[in-house]
Amino acid sequence: MENNPHDLRAAERAFLPLALPGGTGSGRAVVEVDHVSNPALLEDLRRLVGPRYVLTEPEDVVVYEQDGSFMRVMPQIVVLPASTEEVAGVVRLAAVAEVPIVPRGAGTGLAGGAVPAEGGIVLSLARMNRILEVDAANRIAVLEPGVVNLDVSRAVAPHGLFFAPDPSSQAACSIGGNVANNSGGPHTLAYGVTVNHVLGLEVVLADGSVVRLGGRVPDAPGYDLVGLFVGSEGTLGIVTKAIVRLMAAREAVGTMLAIFDDFDAATQTVTDVTAAGIIPAALEMMDDVTIRAVERGLSLGFPLDAAAVLLIEVEGLREHVAEATRRLRDICARNGARAVRVAADEAERAALWKGRKSAFGAMGTLAPSYYVHDGVVPRSRLPEIMRRVREIAGAHQVLIANVFHAGDGNLHPNILFDIRNEGELDRVIAAGEAILRACVDAGGSLTGEHGIGLEKRAYMSWLFSPADLAAMRAIKEVFDPGGRFNPAKLFPTPPGCGEAQRAPGRIPAGLWI
Amino acid sequence: MSTDVHDLIRKPSTAGDPQRAALGIPELDACVHCGFCLQACPTYRVTQLEPESPRGRIHLVAAASQGRVETNARFASHLYLCLMCRACETACPSGVQYGRIAEAARERLGPPGGPVARGLLRLVLRRLLPFPRRVRAAAALLRLAQRLGIIWLASRLLPRRLREMTALLPPVPGRAFPSGRVYPAAGAPRGRVALLSGCVMSVMFPDVQEATVRLLQRNGYEVVTPAGQVCCGSLSAHNGETASARAMARRNIDAFLAAAPEAIIVTAAGCGATMKEYGHLLKDDAAYAERAAQVAALSRDATEFLAAIPADPPPPTQAPLRLTYQDPCHLAHGQKVRAQPRALLRALGADLVEMEGADRCCGSAGIYNLTHPEMSQTLLAEKMEAIRRTGAEVVVAPNPGCVLQLRYGAARHGVPVRVVHLIDLLDDAYAGA
Repeated sequence: MENNPHDLRAAERAFLPLALPGGTGSGRAVVEVDHVSNPALLEDLRRLVGPRYVLTEPEDVVVYEQDGSFMRVMPQIVVLPASTEEVAGVVRLAAVAEVPIVPRGAGTGLAGGAVPAEGGIVLSLARMNRILEVDAANRIAVLEPGVVNLDVSRAVAPHGLFFAPDPSSQAACSIGGNVANNSGGPHTLAYGVTVNHVLGLEVVLADGSVVRLGGRVPDAPGYDLVGLFVGSEGTLGIVTKAIVRLMAAREAVGTMLAIFDDFDAATQTVTDVTAAGIIPAALEMMDDVTIRAVERGLSLGFPLDAAAVLLIEVEGLREHVAEATRRLRDICARNGARAVRVAADEAERAALWKGRKSAFGAMGTLAPSYYVHDGVVPRSRLPEIMRRVREIAGAHQVLIANVFHAGDGNLHPNILFDIRNEGELDRVIAAGEAILRACVDAGGSLTGEHGIGLEKRAYMSWLFSPADLAAMRAIKEVFDPGGRFNPAKLFPTPPGCGEAQRAPGRIPAGLWI
Repeated sequence: MSTDVHDLIRKPSTAGDPQRAALGIPELDACVHCGFCLQACPTYRVTQLEPESPRGRIHLVAAASQGRVETNARFASHLYLCLMCRACETACPSGVQYGRIAEAARERLGPPGGPVARGLLRLVLRRLLPFPRRVRAAAALLRLAQRLGIIWLASRLLPRRLREMTALLPPVPGRAFPSGRVYPAAGAPRGRVALLSGCVMSVMFPDVQEATVRLLQRNGYEVVTPAGQVCCGSLSAHNGETASARAMARRNIDAFLAAAPEAIIVTAAGCGATMKEYGHLLKDDAAYAERAAQVAALSRDATEFLAAIPADPPPPTQAPLRLTYQDPCHLAHGQKVRAQPRALLRALGADLVEMEGADRCCGSAGIYNLTHPEMSQTLLAEKMEAIRRTGAEVVVAPNPGCVLQLRYGAARHGVPVRVVHLIDLLDDAYAGA
């Protein structure tokens, strides 16, 4: 490792948007401001949160340039406030200095949502990680945004309760990030997404004021601003507190792994389960490439010779679980499942879920990079869209690992690649785009749970008309007139741009992802 | 999906990246920065700062290899705040070998600390640990100093933090565990094993080594402590002195293979983890690579070995003792040995109460408690609280570093527990019969 102290910050900022459809930045004139040399701002920030929690040196801030996706831009400043008051203070200081603010939870996002596309301040909420209150009788918890998702369920388990949204990254991801992305998870099928579990929020607005949205009981009167903020991807304000619903654990749970030698038979099974009127708690699918990744990384005993497996979970009263399990076995058998393994105990169940939930993280056993999309299709179109995904993989010469929420029709094609190979990223992005186009054409959507972030903003115009988008922009204007909260996210640029515009030669030589 | 598409992945891909190729840390490629390691990392949990997380450190090493950040003091501070506990490896879905990445980076950085500390550490790693006789002489000096009260006197002159750390140091025993001996099996011989005498183990814990020999003898093994063996090289490899580590590994390979054992028994988790990595450490050494892999394959933690053989005779069951087990990091995360020590404890009839975060580092981490006393103390305080909550009378840890640290912690935090090496507990069971 030799010392090579050249600062690629400007180049960094320049290359990223080139890598993706939609061109650069937010469409506003980008003024080159070296925020680091704004001594007054830095001094004020340090006084506010303590010098230890204001990072500016490259050897500190570089690790905040990326989230779980492959996009990256160096922030100039990383600030880690410890309270709502400190967050409000940072927002006010950033407003005076006209510096963008990009909130960051655990940095596990997959759409570049936490990537500071226009530089500025990355506001990490990691230190605000206290569970402020558990009200078991009323089944609510009050959480700071940095609380890790799984820690909520762990904390309330003694009361027989759990927090339902369970993204695969739940051992790492934060509540704030879940709120920002309206995260789902395997059990979304039965319980819905994050917005169905948030009753109230405390939010810092663009002028530094602190407001409370919703409350401790459902259906607060007035505008549903909780619904507006959940899924707003940090573009409207900074969430500093969340009041969430807790669910009661069910009497019984049955988890099974159906093994298929034929991929289409597995997708057909998903369609048949839905058609039969069974709503499992979770209905997940993993293909052969995914199984290989998981087994290489974790050796959990998934069948390496299967074309696909379905991970199906049912829960409820004991009798219901037994009956549903029997019916599901029948449907799987009718579609030619080679075997259906039912988890005998909690340890076996945990192993099955560990495999499923570690799947993205295990892609590193197959390739150095992956690009995962999150398109949604009506469930009845699943067999057809999966055939299309395989065609697209073949046409673009890319390897795709499929692991997804089949019951929701929510695809997760992981396109595996090595960014260093000439031309490979181009093919990967083209393949991803083709898959999304196919989802939208099938009557689906761009994203089920990962958010639009930086990566998919150019595709928003496939789903929404200029008038639709203008209505969204009007909301953004109300809450963030200065455009400082997570700029360059969510909206296609330049405004009204139809198809994606691509610059030639997207990755300059010598740059790294 | 056609096989030609499968071929796309993992093809040699350093073409566009001379720096990364030159750095030669292929382990970097496997990290897809999912973040699953963050909550497993003790230093991230304490600081909540991503440069102090495994993903952050991997990102830093990758960025440095791309010339995007400097490998300056700040960079080094992040790499060295790491305990090298490798809990992140247990959490990683892609099996990223973080320990190898960090060791490779530290090799390029050299030892931690300022010029004086660095010089001192180099001296110890290069001129003391590789020479068993010098280690014994140093231990004898230390013992003398302790008996004359010089240590107590000297510690008055040290800064408060370091003064507290001298409390870690138990009285040095009056004898050292020797190498170059053969201990016959008791009864009909089942086989022949070698024992790593160890640098610290031989002078600070001769009783544990003797107990290990007795246990193996009782179970029908002839035990050899090959002459010519030296420190395993673990401390050197962890502290940026990889060349010294390699030199020590070569001497150990010669010494141990000459004894032709069916297994090499190790009683310190860090040493076992390092010996199991000898194949990797010497992979580019044509003369030693193959034999290094042999030694790695023969190496067993004592608990791992004892749990795998039918105990003959079985240890007598004791009056149930309420105890809790601390997973040594380099045993649980480094060697994936978790079930075996627990099985041995249960065989003794112990009432094993698991503490919260049993596989989280206690803050000992080799010489970490000396180089980073503040972080070490924070982790130790959490650990003692977890132990207190179990209500255990005894804490068992099959590793000398953990035992010393936890004894110190129990005294400092007033937790009424006895801290013992697992081997001692087993040996006591036979002795009490």
